[in-house]
Amino acid sequence: MSSFRIFDIAGSALSAQSVRLNTVASNLANADAVSGDADSVYKARLPVFKAVAEPGAAEASVQVLGVVESQAPAAKRYEPGHPLADTEGYVYAPNVNVVEEMVNMISASRSYQSSVEVMNTAKDLALRTLTLGK
Amino acid sequence: MAATDALFGIHAQALDIQRRRMEMIAANLANADTPGFKARDLDFREVLAQTAQGVAQGAASTAATQSPKYRIATQPSADGNTVDVQTEQAQFAEAALRYQASLGFLDGRIKSMLTALTGQ
Repeated sequence: MSSFRIFDIAGSALSAQSVRLNTVASNLANADAVSGDADSVYKARLPVFKAVAEPGAAEASVQVLGVVESQAPAAKRYEPGHPLADTEGYVYAPNVNVVEEMVNMISASRSYQSSVEVMNTAKDLALRTLTLGK
Repeated sequence: MAATDALFGIHAQALDIQRRRMEMIAANLANADTPGFKARDLDFREVLAQTAQGVAQGAASTAATQSPKYRIATQPSADGNTVDVQTEQAQFAEAALRYQASLGFLDGRIKSMLTALTGQ
């Protein structure tokens, strides 16, 4: 009898979505951090989610396998007056798509909310079960 | 087992199955953004029938031995995920309500048994 697995499952979702929110915050914060060469410029970070089931259990919690960097090319801008510009006058902006990040943020926050709801309901029901017959 | 069944009827088993359903739906919601994840649920009627049959045969059959079924995707997405958050939330609310109903019945049984025992 594993009455409290629901807390593990919803808890895993909360931590996974908060990792996602953290990467969004990092990407948005660095969206305008330009650099003088294409390799050292900030690259958008993306969490990779995976469903993990304990052996014998049908329910799967969610796990963040890792945070990968986006492979999209950095945006190249001609700004010879920029203090960080390279010898040819180019600066490189991060491959962060701000609109995409905002959408990601909304999706993560909605998922977080629904997991909190699940946890609250489970907690209420568990408390009621504990006070059965009183 | 027989004594508790005479007292609590079907509700102890119903409670267990609804709890399993809630776990499964919580897993679906947790994996709403996981690529390739397929939403699953228990068929309550079928699982209850199998559990009741197992109990009647004296086997320690629980819902844990029952296999879940995949939900038919209403809006399948490109990454292979079939979780529809709205559907899952509705199903979770329903499971929670049914769990509460069973709790209510159990509570009533316990209270009336206490009344009978204490005579007050």
